[in-house]
Amino acid sequence: MISIEHMSKNFGPYPAVIDVTFEVLKGEIVGFLGPNGAGKTTTMRVVTGYTPPTSGKVTVGGYDVTTKSLDARKHIGYLPESVPLYLDMTVKDYLTYMGQIRGMNKEWINKRLPEVIDVVKLGDYRNTLVGRLSKGYRQRTGIAQAILHDPDVLIMDEPTIGIDPIQVVETRELISELGKEHTMLLSSHILPEVSAICPRVLVINDGRIVADDNPERLSEKLQHAERIEISIRNAENNEFMSLIRDLDGIIDVRTDQRAQTLQRAEREGVVPFIIDAKPNMGVSENIAKNVIDKGWGLSNLTPLAMTLEEIFLQLTTEESENNIN
Amino acid sequence: MAYVVAAAFVAVTGFFFVASVSNAFAEASIRGFLAGAVFFLILMAPALTMRLLAEEQKLGTLELLLTSPVKEFEVVIGKYLAALFMVFIMLLLSFYFVLLLFIYGDPDIGPVLSGYLGLLLYASATLSIGLFASSLSGNQIVGLIVGAGILTGLSVIDFVSNRFTGNIATILDNLQLGASFSVFDSGSFGVAESGHFADFARGIISVYDIFYYISISIIFLILTVLILESRRWR
Repeated sequence: MISIEHMSKNFGPYPAVIDVTFEVLKGEIVGFLGPNGAGKTTTMRVVTGYTPPTSGKVTVGGYDVTTKSLDARKHIGYLPESVPLYLDMTVKDYLTYMGQIRGMNKEWINKRLPEVIDVVKLGDYRNTLVGRLSKGYRQRTGIAQAILHDPDVLIMDEPTIGIDPIQVVETRELISELGKEHTMLLSSHILPEVSAICPRVLVINDGRIVADDNPERLSEKLQHAERIEISIRNAENNEFMSLIRDLDGIIDVRTDQRAQTLQRAEREGVVPFIIDAKPNMGVSENIAKNVIDKGWGLSNLTPLAMTLEEIFLQLTTEESENNIN
Repeated sequence: MAYVVAAAFVAVTGFFFVASVSNAFAEASIRGFLAGAVFFLILMAPALTMRLLAEEQKLGTLELLLTSPVKEFEVVIGKYLAALFMVFIMLLLSFYFVLLLFIYGDPDIGPVLSGYLGLLLYASATLSIGLFASSLSGNQIVGLIVGAGILTGLSVIDFVSNRFTGNIATILDNLQLGASFSVFDSGSFGVAESGHFADFARGIISVYDIFYYISISIIFLILTVLILESRRWR
Protein backbone atom coordinates (compact mmCIF):
# COMPACT_ATOMS: atom_id res chain seq x y z
CA MET A 1 0.00 0.00 0.00
CA ILE A 2 2.90 2.32 0.68
CA SER A 3 5.84 2.24 -1.64
CA ILE A 4 8.91 4.40 -1.20
CA GLU A 5 11.73 4.23 -3.74
CA HIS A 6 15.02 5.99 -3.23
CA MET A 7 13.38 8.89 -1.48
CA SER A 8 15.56 11.68 -0.22
CA LYS A 9 14.58 14.93 1.44
CA ASN A 10 16.90 17.85 1.96
CA PHE A 11 16.04 20.95 3.90
CA GLY A 12 18.33 23.36 2.16
CA PRO A 13 21.79 21.87 2.47
CA TYR A 14 20.77 19.58 5.29
CA PRO A 15 19.91 16.00 4.28
CA ALA A 16 17.12 14.84 6.56
CA VAL A 17 16.29 11.63 4.72
CA ILE A 18 18.80 9.87 2.48
CA ASP A 19 17.92 7.33 -0.19
CA VAL A 20 15.21 5.52 1.70
CA THR A 21 13.49 2.55 0.08
CA PHE A 22 10.86 0.31 1.61
CA GLU A 23 7.42 -1.03 1.04
CA VAL A 24 4.51 -1.59 3.38
CA LEU A 25 2.10 -4.22 2.11
CA LYS A 26 -1.61 -4.26 2.75
CA GLY A 27 -2.43 -5.26 6.30
CA GLU A 28 1.10 -4.94 7.64
CA ILE A 29 1.86 -3.14 10.87
CA VAL A 30 5.28 -1.60 10.64
CA GLY A 31 7.09 0.06 13.49
CA PHE A 32 9.30 2.91 12.48
CA LEU A 33 12.06 3.39 14.99
CA GLY A 34 14.86 5.82 15.29
CA PRO A 35 16.51 8.33 17.56
CA ASN A 36 15.29 11.91 17.62
CA GLY A 37 16.14 13.70 14.44
CA ALA A 38 16.66 10.49 12.50
CA GLY A 39 14.10 11.35 9.86
CA LYS A 40 10.97 9.54 11.02
CA THR A 41 8.63 12.52 11.05
CA THR A 42 10.03 13.86 7.79
CA THR A 43 9.47 10.52 6.09
CA MET A 44 5.92 10.39 7.37
CA ARG A 45 5.27 13.92 6.21
CA VAL A 46 6.46 13.00 2.74
CA VAL A 47 4.16 9.99 2.65
CA THR A 48 1.15 12.03 3.76
CA GLY A 49 1.93 14.75 1.24
CA TYR A 50 2.71 17.53 3.67
CA THR A 51 6.31 17.86 2.50
CA PRO A 52 7.49 17.16 -1.01
CA PRO A 53 10.44 14.78 -1.45
CA THR A 54 13.61 16.18 -2.94
CA SER A 55 13.95 13.07 -5.06
CA GLY A 56 12.55 9.60 -5.34
CA LYS A 57 9.10 8.17 -5.81
CA VAL A 58 6.48 7.66 -3.13
CA THR A 59 3.11 6.08 -3.74
CA VAL A 60 0.21 5.31 -1.44
CA GLY A 61 -2.47 2.94 -2.65
CA GLY A 62 -0.90 3.21 -6.07
CA TYR A 63 -1.19 6.99 -6.23
CA ASP A 64 1.97 9.05 -6.48
CA VAL A 65 1.93 11.50 -3.58
CA THR A 66 3.44 14.28 -5.67
CA THR A 67 1.40 14.04 -8.84
CA LYS A 68 -1.83 12.52 -7.54
CA SER A 69 -1.71 14.01 -4.10
CA LEU A 70 -5.46 14.41 -3.63
CA ASP A 71 -6.16 10.77 -4.48
CA ALA A 72 -3.37 9.56 -2.25
CA ARG A 73 -4.63 11.65 0.65
CA LYS A 74 -8.07 10.13 0.46
CA HIS A 75 -6.60 6.79 1.48
CA ILE A 76 -4.59 8.07 4.41
CA GLY A 77 -5.44 8.65 8.03
CA TYR A 78 -2.71 10.66 9.72
CA LEU A 79 -1.96 11.46 13.33
CA PRO A 80 0.89 13.98 13.43
CA GLU A 81 3.31 14.05 16.34
CA SER A 82 1.86 17.25 17.75
CA VAL A 83 -1.72 15.89 17.72
CA PRO A 84 -3.08 19.18 16.46
CA LEU A 85 -6.65 19.86 17.45
CA TYR A 86 -8.96 22.85 17.47
CA LEU A 87 -9.21 23.56 21.14
CA ASP A 88 -12.45 25.49 21.04
CA MET A 89 -14.54 22.82 19.38
CA THR A 90 -16.27 19.98 21.14
CA VAL A 91 -15.08 16.46 20.38
CA LYS A 92 -18.19 15.78 18.35
CA ASP A 93 -17.95 19.03 16.35
CA TYR A 94 -14.26 18.51 15.74
CA LEU A 95 -14.73 15.00 14.44
CA THR A 96 -17.67 16.11 12.29
CA TYR A 97 -15.53 18.85 10.76
CA MET A 98 -12.65 16.45 10.13
CA GLY A 99 -15.10 14.10 8.45
CA GLN A 100 -16.30 16.89 6.22
CA ILE A 101 -12.86 17.88 5.04
CA ARG A 102 -12.17 14.25 4.27
CA GLY A 103 -15.05 14.36 1.86
CA MET A 104 -17.45 12.27 3.93
CA ASN A 105 -21.12 12.98 3.36
CA LYS A 106 -23.52 13.58 6.19
CA GLU A 107 -24.92 10.05 6.45
CA TRP A 108 -21.51 8.49 6.49
CA ILE A 109 -20.31 10.86 9.20
CA ASN A 110 -23.41 10.21 11.29
CA LYS A 111 -22.83 6.51 10.94
CA ARG A 112 -19.11 6.56 11.72
CA LEU A 113 -19.12 9.12 14.50
CA PRO A 114 -20.65 6.92 17.24
CA GLU A 115 -18.62 3.93 16.07
CA VAL A 116 -15.37 5.81 16.24
CA ILE A 117 -16.16 7.50 19.56
CA ASP A 118 -16.91 4.05 20.90
CA VAL A 119 -13.68 2.54 19.60
CA VAL A 120 -11.54 5.23 21.24
CA LYS A 121 -13.73 5.24 24.33
CA LEU A 122 -14.50 8.93 24.29
CA GLY A 123 -18.22 8.40 24.84
CA ASP A 124 -18.44 10.48 27.99
CA TYR A 125 -16.60 13.35 26.38
CA ARG A 126 -18.39 13.83 23.12
CA ASN A 127 -19.65 17.26 24.12
CA THR A 128 -16.55 18.39 25.95
CA LEU A 129 -14.37 21.11 24.52
CA VAL A 130 -11.17 19.61 23.18
CA GLY A 131 -9.22 22.23 25.07
CA ARG A 132 -10.47 20.77 28.31
CA LEU A 133 -9.40 17.22 27.63
CA SER A 134 -6.35 15.66 29.19
CA LYS A 135 -3.45 14.65 26.97
CA GLY A 136 -4.52 11.04 26.84
CA TYR A 137 -8.00 11.92 25.68
CA ARG A 138 -6.69 14.43 23.19
CA GLN A 139 -4.53 11.69 21.79
CA ARG A 140 -7.58 9.51 21.45
CA THR A 141 -9.42 12.30 19.69
CA GLY A 142 -6.47 12.50 17.34
CA ILE A 143 -6.67 8.77 16.70
CA ALA A 144 -10.41 9.10 16.17
CA GLN A 145 -9.98 11.68 13.42
CA ALA A 146 -7.40 9.47 11.75
CA ILE A 147 -9.70 6.47 11.54
CA LEU A 148 -12.96 8.30 10.97
CA HIS A 149 -13.00 7.95 7.20
CA ASP A 150 -11.91 4.31 7.40
CA PRO A 151 -8.71 4.89 5.44
CA ASP A 152 -6.69 2.04 4.01
CA VAL A 153 -3.51 3.38 5.49
CA LEU A 154 -2.93 4.73 8.99
CA ILE A 155 0.16 6.75 9.70
CA MET A 156 0.77 7.60 13.32
CA ASP A 157 3.67 9.61 14.59
CA GLU A 158 4.42 8.78 18.23
CA PRO A 159 0.84 7.88 19.13
CA THR A 160 1.48 7.11 22.78
CA ILE A 161 3.97 9.75 23.75
CA GLY A 162 3.10 11.54 26.95
CA ILE A 163 0.10 9.47 27.98
CA ASP A 164 -0.23 8.09 31.49
CA PRO A 165 0.51 4.36 31.99
CA ILE A 166 -3.09 3.23 32.29
CA GLN A 167 -4.18 4.97 29.13
CA VAL A 168 -1.04 3.80 27.39
CA VAL A 169 -2.11 0.19 27.80
CA GLU A 170 -5.56 0.98 26.46
CA THR A 171 -4.16 2.96 23.56
CA ARG A 172 -1.77 0.18 22.67
CA GLU A 173 -4.60 -2.33 22.63
CA LEU A 174 -6.57 0.05 20.47
CA ILE A 175 -3.69 0.33 18.04
CA SER A 176 -3.28 -3.44 17.89
CA GLU A 177 -6.97 -3.81 17.16
CA LEU A 178 -6.81 -1.17 14.45
CA GLY A 179 -3.84 -2.94 12.95
CA LYS A 180 -6.03 -5.91 12.17
CA GLU A 181 -8.04 -3.96 9.66
CA HIS A 182 -5.77 -1.24 8.39
CA THR A 183 -2.26 -1.00 7.02
CA MET A 184 -0.22 0.83 9.62
CA LEU A 185 3.01 2.74 9.83
CA LEU A 186 3.73 3.71 13.40
CA SER A 187 6.66 5.62 14.67
CA SER A 188 7.87 5.52 18.19
CA HIS A 189 10.85 5.58 20.38
CA ILE A 190 9.15 3.55 23.05
CA LEU A 191 10.74 0.27 22.16
CA PRO A 192 8.75 -2.16 24.32
CA GLU A 193 5.63 -0.80 22.70
CA VAL A 194 6.95 -1.38 19.23
CA SER A 195 7.99 -4.93 20.05
CA ALA A 196 4.56 -5.53 21.53
CA ILE A 197 2.59 -4.25 18.58
CA CYS A 198 4.68 -4.48 15.43
CA PRO A 199 5.68 -7.69 13.71
CA ARG A 200 7.99 -5.71 11.48
CA VAL A 201 10.39 -3.01 12.40
CA LEU A 202 12.18 -0.38 10.31
CA VAL A 203 15.09 1.32 11.99
CA ILE A 204 16.24 4.66 10.71
CA ASN A 205 19.32 6.51 11.82
CA ASP A 206 20.75 9.76 10.52
CA GLY A 207 18.37 9.71 7.59
CA ARG A 208 19.11 6.18 6.42
CA ILE A 209 17.30 2.92 6.95
CA VAL A 210 19.63 0.64 8.88
CA ALA A 211 17.31 -2.31 9.43
CA ASP A 212 14.06 -3.70 8.07
CA ASP A 213 12.94 -7.02 9.55
CA ASN A 214 11.06 -8.62 12.35
CA PRO A 215 12.61 -8.20 15.79
CA GLU A 216 13.57 -11.86 16.26
CA ARG A 217 15.45 -12.13 12.98
CA LEU A 218 17.12 -8.79 13.61
CA SER A 219 18.22 -10.08 16.93
CA GLU A 220 19.74 -13.20 15.39
CA LYS A 221 21.49 -11.29 12.69
CA LEU A 222 22.96 -8.87 15.16
CA GLN A 223 23.97 -11.38 17.72
CA HIS A 224 25.39 -13.70 15.09
CA ALA A 225 24.29 -16.30 17.58
CA GLU A 226 21.36 -17.95 19.21
CA ARG A 227 21.18 -17.14 22.87
CA ILE A 228 19.60 -19.42 25.46
CA GLU A 229 18.91 -18.90 29.13
CA ILE A 230 18.98 -21.95 31.32
CA SER A 231 18.50 -22.56 35.04
CA ILE A 232 20.02 -25.57 36.70
CA ARG A 233 19.57 -27.16 40.10
CA ASN A 234 22.00 -29.35 42.01
CA ALA A 235 24.96 -28.81 39.75
CA GLU A 236 28.40 -27.47 40.35
CA ASN A 237 28.92 -24.36 38.24
CA ASN A 238 32.27 -25.17 36.66
CA GLU A 239 31.29 -28.76 35.93
CA PHE A 240 28.15 -27.60 34.21
CA MET A 241 29.92 -24.94 32.20
CA SER A 242 32.68 -27.18 30.90
CA LEU A 243 30.14 -29.90 30.02
CA ILE A 244 28.14 -27.46 27.95
CA ARG A 245 31.20 -25.92 26.33
CA ASP A 246 32.16 -29.33 25.02
CA LEU A 247 28.89 -29.77 23.19
CA ASP A 248 28.57 -29.22 19.45
CA GLY A 249 27.83 -25.74 18.27
CA ILE A 250 28.28 -24.06 21.62
CA ILE A 251 30.15 -20.77 21.51
CA ASP A 252 30.18 -19.81 25.16
CA VAL A 253 28.55 -20.29 28.56
CA ARG A 254 28.51 -17.80 31.35
CA THR A 255 26.57 -17.15 34.52
CA ASP A 256 23.59 -14.91 34.13
CA GLN A 257 24.26 -11.75 36.06
CA ARG A 258 21.05 -9.93 35.33
CA ALA A 259 19.54 -8.61 38.55
CA GLN A 260 16.00 -9.76 37.95
CA THR A 261 17.04 -13.26 36.96
CA LEU A 262 19.33 -13.59 39.96
CA GLN A 263 16.56 -12.54 42.34
CA ARG A 264 14.14 -15.07 40.99
CA ALA A 265 16.78 -17.77 40.81
CA GLU A 266 17.67 -17.27 44.47
CA ARG A 267 14.02 -17.66 45.44
CA GLU A 268 13.74 -20.87 43.50
CA GLY A 269 17.10 -22.27 44.50
CA VAL A 270 18.53 -22.58 40.99
CA VAL A 271 21.55 -21.16 39.19
CA PRO A 272 20.97 -19.25 35.96
CA PHE A 273 23.32 -19.32 32.96
CA ILE A 274 23.43 -17.85 29.50
CA ILE A 275 24.58 -19.98 26.58
CA ASP A 276 25.60 -18.57 23.20
CA ALA A 277 25.34 -21.07 20.37
CA LYS A 278 25.58 -21.18 16.61
CA PRO A 279 22.10 -20.62 15.23
CA ASN A 280 19.89 -23.31 13.74
CA MET A 281 21.77 -26.28 15.11
CA GLY A 282 19.08 -27.45 17.49
CA VAL A 283 21.43 -27.15 20.45
CA SER A 284 18.58 -26.83 22.93
CA GLU A 285 17.56 -30.47 22.74
CA ASN A 286 21.14 -31.57 23.09
CA ILE A 287 21.71 -29.37 26.13
CA ALA A 288 18.52 -30.64 27.78
CA LYS A 289 19.46 -34.26 27.14
CA ASN A 290 22.92 -33.80 28.62
CA VAL A 291 21.64 -32.02 31.69
CA ILE A 292 19.06 -34.71 32.41
CA ASP A 293 21.54 -37.52 31.78
CA LYS A 294 23.82 -36.01 34.40
CA GLY A 295 20.97 -36.08 36.88
CA TRP A 296 20.79 -32.34 37.32
CA GLY A 297 17.53 -30.44 37.71
CA LEU A 298 16.54 -28.51 34.61
CA SER A 299 14.34 -25.68 35.74
CA ASN A 300 14.29 -23.43 32.68
CA LEU A 301 15.50 -23.58 29.08
CA THR A 302 14.40 -20.64 26.95
CA PRO A 303 15.69 -18.93 23.82
CA LEU A 304 16.70 -15.39 24.58
CA ALA A 305 16.49 -12.78 21.87
CA MET A 306 18.12 -9.40 22.08
CA THR A 307 15.67 -6.90 23.41
CA LEU A 308 14.65 -4.27 20.96
CA GLU A 309 16.57 -1.80 23.08
CA GLU A 310 19.76 -3.73 22.51
CA ILE A 311 19.05 -4.07 18.82
CA PHE A 312 18.26 -0.40 18.54
CA LEU A 313 21.32 0.71 20.43
CA GLN A 314 23.56 -1.54 18.43
CA LEU A 315 22.10 -0.35 15.16
CA THR A 316 22.21 3.29 15.97
CA THR A 317 25.48 3.58 17.73
CA GLU A 318 27.65 1.41 15.51
CA GLU A 319 28.14 1.20 11.79
CA SER A 320 26.51 -2.18 11.67
CA GLU A 321 24.79 -1.81 8.31
CA ASN A 322 27.26 -4.29 6.89
CA ASN A 323 26.29 -6.81 9.53
CA ILE A 324 22.63 -6.66 8.64
CA ASN A 325 23.06 -7.00 4.91
CA MET B 1 -14.71 37.21 20.10
CA ALA B 2 -17.06 37.71 17.21
CA TYR B 3 -19.66 39.32 19.45
CA VAL B 4 -17.10 41.75 20.84
CA VAL B 5 -15.92 42.79 17.39
CA ALA B 6 -19.45 43.23 16.11
CA ALA B 7 -20.37 45.30 19.15
CA ALA B 8 -17.28 47.45 18.74
CA PHE B 9 -18.04 48.02 15.09
CA VAL B 10 -21.57 49.16 15.76
CA ALA B 11 -20.42 51.32 18.67
CA VAL B 12 -17.62 53.08 16.82
CA THR B 13 -19.54 53.64 13.63
CA GLY B 14 -22.48 54.69 15.74
CA PHE B 15 -20.36 57.44 17.16
CA PHE B 16 -19.45 58.70 13.72
CA PHE B 17 -23.05 58.46 12.61
CA VAL B 18 -24.39 60.38 15.55
CA ALA B 19 -21.72 63.03 15.24
CA SER B 20 -22.47 63.53 11.60
CA VAL B 21 -26.20 63.93 12.02
CA SER B 22 -26.08 66.00 15.17
CA ASN B 23 -24.89 69.18 13.52
CA ALA B 24 -27.25 71.92 12.66
CA PHE B 25 -28.51 71.49 9.10
CA ALA B 26 -27.12 67.98 9.02
CA GLU B 27 -28.06 65.81 6.11
CA ALA B 28 -30.06 62.65 6.57
CA SER B 29 -27.33 60.55 5.11
CA ILE B 30 -25.02 57.84 6.20
CA ARG B 31 -21.91 59.65 5.06
CA GLY B 32 -20.62 60.02 8.57
CA PHE B 33 -21.24 56.39 9.24
CA LEU B 34 -19.47 55.40 6.05
CA ALA B 35 -16.40 57.45 6.91
CA GLY B 36 -16.25 55.76 10.29
CA ALA B 37 -16.84 52.34 8.86
CA VAL B 38 -14.16 52.67 6.22
CA PHE B 39 -11.71 53.84 8.83
CA PHE B 40 -12.62 51.20 11.35
CA LEU B 41 -12.44 48.40 8.81
CA ILE B 42 -8.76 49.10 8.32
CA LEU B 43 -8.26 48.12 11.95
CA MET B 44 -10.85 45.41 11.94
CA ALA B 45 -9.90 43.50 8.83
CA PRO B 46 -6.48 42.50 10.16
CA ALA B 47 -8.04 41.77 13.55
CA LEU B 48 -10.61 39.47 11.99
CA THR B 49 -8.19 37.73 9.69
CA MET B 50 -4.90 37.68 11.54
CA ARG B 51 -5.41 34.33 13.10
CA LEU B 52 -7.15 32.59 10.23
CA LEU B 53 -4.04 31.06 8.76
CA ALA B 54 -1.44 31.99 11.33
CA GLU B 55 -3.16 29.99 14.04
CA GLU B 56 -3.44 26.93 11.85
CA GLN B 57 0.30 27.07 11.43
CA LYS B 58 0.90 27.68 15.11
CA LEU B 59 -1.42 24.94 16.34
CA GLY B 60 -0.16 22.51 13.75
CA THR B 61 -3.66 21.97 12.41
CA LEU B 62 -2.46 23.13 9.01
CA GLU B 63 -0.63 19.82 8.83
CA LEU B 64 -3.92 17.96 9.13
CA LEU B 65 -5.69 20.33 6.80
CA LEU B 66 -3.15 20.03 4.02
CA THR B 67 -2.86 16.26 4.34
CA SER B 68 -6.61 15.94 3.86
CA PRO B 69 -8.09 15.72 0.39
CA VAL B 70 -8.77 19.45 0.18
CA LYS B 71 -7.17 21.81 -2.26
CA GLU B 72 -5.32 24.85 -0.99
CA PHE B 73 -7.61 27.23 -2.79
CA GLU B 74 -10.61 25.63 -1.09
CA VAL B 75 -9.03 26.38 2.26
CA VAL B 76 -8.39 30.00 1.32
CA ILE B 77 -11.81 30.64 -0.19
CA GLY B 78 -13.48 29.02 2.78
CA LYS B 79 -11.71 31.23 5.27
CA TYR B 80 -12.22 34.32 3.15
CA LEU B 81 -15.95 33.71 2.84
CA ALA B 82 -16.24 33.08 6.56
CA ALA B 83 -14.61 36.43 7.31
CA LEU B 84 -16.73 38.19 4.70
CA PHE B 85 -19.87 36.69 6.16
CA MET B 86 -18.85 38.00 9.57
CA VAL B 87 -18.54 41.52 8.19
CA PHE B 88 -21.81 41.10 6.35
CA ILE B 89 -23.55 40.37 9.62
CA MET B 90 -21.98 43.44 11.18
CA LEU B 91 -23.17 45.57 8.31
CA LEU B 92 -26.62 44.13 8.78
CA LEU B 93 -26.53 45.15 12.42
CA SER B 94 -25.56 48.66 11.46
CA PHE B 95 -28.65 48.93 9.33
CA TYR B 96 -30.22 50.10 12.53
CA PHE B 97 -28.79 53.54 11.78
CA VAL B 98 -30.49 53.57 8.44
CA LEU B 99 -33.77 52.74 10.09
CA LEU B 100 -33.28 55.67 12.41
CA LEU B 101 -32.70 57.92 9.43
CA PHE B 102 -35.91 56.78 7.84
CA ILE B 103 -37.87 57.26 11.02
CA TYR B 104 -36.64 60.75 11.73
CA GLY B 105 -35.83 62.04 8.32
CA ASP B 106 -36.21 61.63 4.63
CA PRO B 107 -33.01 60.13 3.31
CA ASP B 108 -32.19 59.23 -0.23
CA ILE B 109 -32.25 55.47 -0.50
CA GLY B 110 -29.83 55.43 -3.41
CA PRO B 111 -26.68 56.58 -1.64
CA VAL B 112 -27.55 54.36 1.31
CA LEU B 113 -27.66 51.25 -0.84
CA SER B 114 -24.61 52.17 -2.87
CA GLY B 115 -22.80 53.02 0.34
CA TYR B 116 -23.42 49.57 1.74
CA LEU B 117 -22.48 47.92 -1.52
CA GLY B 118 -19.25 49.87 -1.45
CA LEU B 119 -18.63 48.79 2.12
CA LEU B 120 -19.10 45.16 1.24
CA LEU B 121 -16.68 45.42 -1.66
CA TYR B 122 -14.26 47.38 0.46
CA ALA B 123 -14.52 44.70 3.15
CA SER B 124 -13.84 42.00 0.60
CA ALA B 125 -10.62 43.72 -0.43
CA THR B 126 -9.42 44.45 3.09
CA LEU B 127 -10.22 40.95 4.32
CA SER B 128 -8.35 39.33 1.47
CA ILE B 129 -5.34 41.49 2.26
CA GLY B 130 -5.60 40.47 5.91
CA LEU B 131 -5.90 36.79 5.00
CA PHE B 132 -2.80 37.05 2.86
CA ALA B 133 -0.90 38.64 5.74
CA SER B 134 -2.05 35.85 8.03
CA SER B 135 -0.67 33.20 5.71
CA LEU B 136 2.84 34.58 5.91
CA SER B 137 3.77 33.07 9.24
CA GLY B 138 2.58 31.25 12.32
CA ASN B 139 2.71 34.46 14.26
CA GLN B 140 -0.57 36.34 14.47
CA ILE B 141 1.14 39.61 15.25
CA VAL B 142 3.05 39.42 12.00
CA GLY B 143 -0.27 38.91 10.27
CA LEU B 144 -1.73 41.90 12.06
CA ILE B 145 1.13 44.26 11.37
CA VAL B 146 1.70 43.27 7.76
CA GLY B 147 -2.01 43.42 7.08
CA ALA B 148 -2.44 46.76 8.76
CA GLY B 149 0.67 48.00 7.00
CA ILE B 150 -0.56 47.11 3.54
CA LEU B 151 -3.99 48.54 4.23
CA THR B 152 -2.67 51.78 5.63
CA GLY B 153 -0.23 52.08 2.76
CA LEU B 154 -2.99 51.71 0.23
CA SER B 155 -5.12 54.21 2.08
CA VAL B 156 -2.62 57.01 2.27
CA ILE B 157 -1.23 56.51 -1.15
CA ASP B 158 -2.67 59.85 -2.17
CA PHE B 159 -0.06 61.55 0.00
CA VAL B 160 2.51 59.89 -2.20
CA SER B 161 0.75 60.52 -5.47
CA ASN B 162 0.56 64.22 -4.67
CA ARG B 163 4.31 64.36 -5.01
CA PHE B 164 4.20 63.21 -8.59
CA THR B 165 2.51 64.35 -11.70
CA GLY B 166 1.58 62.64 -14.89
CA ASN B 167 1.26 58.90 -15.31
CA ILE B 168 2.82 57.89 -12.04
CA ALA B 169 0.44 60.11 -10.18
CA THR B 170 -2.51 58.62 -12.00
CA ILE B 171 -1.45 55.04 -11.32
CA LEU B 172 -0.88 55.69 -7.66
CA ASP B 173 -4.12 57.57 -7.36
CA ASN B 174 -5.99 54.66 -8.76
CA LEU B 175 -4.64 52.32 -6.13
CA GLN B 176 -6.27 54.33 -3.41
CA LEU B 177 -8.22 51.86 -1.35
CA GLY B 178 -10.87 53.91 0.33
CA ALA B 179 -11.20 57.13 2.20
CA SER B 180 -8.09 59.15 2.30
CA PHE B 181 -6.89 60.05 5.73
CA SER B 182 -6.48 63.59 4.65
CA VAL B 183 -10.18 63.93 5.29
CA PHE B 184 -9.47 64.21 8.98
CA ASP B 185 -7.24 67.17 8.39
CA SER B 186 -9.99 69.30 7.06
CA GLY B 187 -12.12 68.54 10.09
CA SER B 188 -15.26 67.60 8.25
CA PHE B 189 -16.95 64.30 8.48
CA GLY B 190 -17.13 63.36 4.90
CA VAL B 191 -15.68 60.65 2.83
CA ALA B 192 -12.71 61.68 0.79
CA GLU B 193 -13.22 63.00 -2.66
CA SER B 194 -10.56 60.72 -4.05
CA GLY B 195 -10.21 57.00 -3.84
CA HIS B 196 -12.45 54.24 -4.99
CA PHE B 197 -14.88 54.55 -2.19
CA ALA B 198 -15.85 58.12 -2.89
CA ASP B 199 -18.41 57.42 -5.59
CA PHE B 200 -20.20 54.78 -3.55
CA ALA B 201 -20.71 57.33 -0.83
CA ARG B 202 -22.20 59.72 -3.33
CA GLY B 203 -24.66 57.22 -4.65
CA ILE B 204 -22.76 56.35 -7.80
CA ILE B 205 -22.08 52.73 -8.56
CA SER B 206 -19.15 52.78 -10.89
CA VAL B 207 -18.04 49.67 -12.72
CA TYR B 208 -14.53 50.95 -12.47
CA ASP B 209 -14.62 50.97 -8.68
CA ILE B 210 -16.30 47.59 -8.51
CA PHE B 211 -13.59 46.21 -10.76
CA TYR B 212 -10.90 47.68 -8.52
CA TYR B 213 -12.19 46.10 -5.34
CA ILE B 214 -12.80 42.74 -6.95
CA SER B 215 -9.34 42.77 -8.51
CA ILE B 216 -7.67 43.54 -5.21
CA SER B 217 -9.61 40.71 -3.59
CA ILE B 218 -8.69 38.26 -6.31
CA ILE B 219 -5.03 39.26 -6.39
CA PHE B 220 -4.54 38.82 -2.67
CA LEU B 221 -6.52 35.60 -2.52
CA ILE B 222 -4.38 34.18 -5.30
CA LEU B 223 -1.26 35.28 -3.47
CA THR B 224 -2.52 33.51 -0.36
CA VAL B 225 -3.14 30.30 -2.27
CA LEU B 226 0.36 30.55 -3.71
CA ILE B 227 1.84 30.94 -0.25
CA LEU B 228 0.07 27.76 0.88
CA GLU B 229 1.02 25.91 -2.25
CA SER B 230 4.63 26.96 -1.95
CA ARG B 231 4.89 24.31 0.71
CA ARG B 232 4.68 21.80 -2.09
CA TRP B 233 7.69 23.17 -3.85
CA ARG B 234 10.05 23.54 -0.93
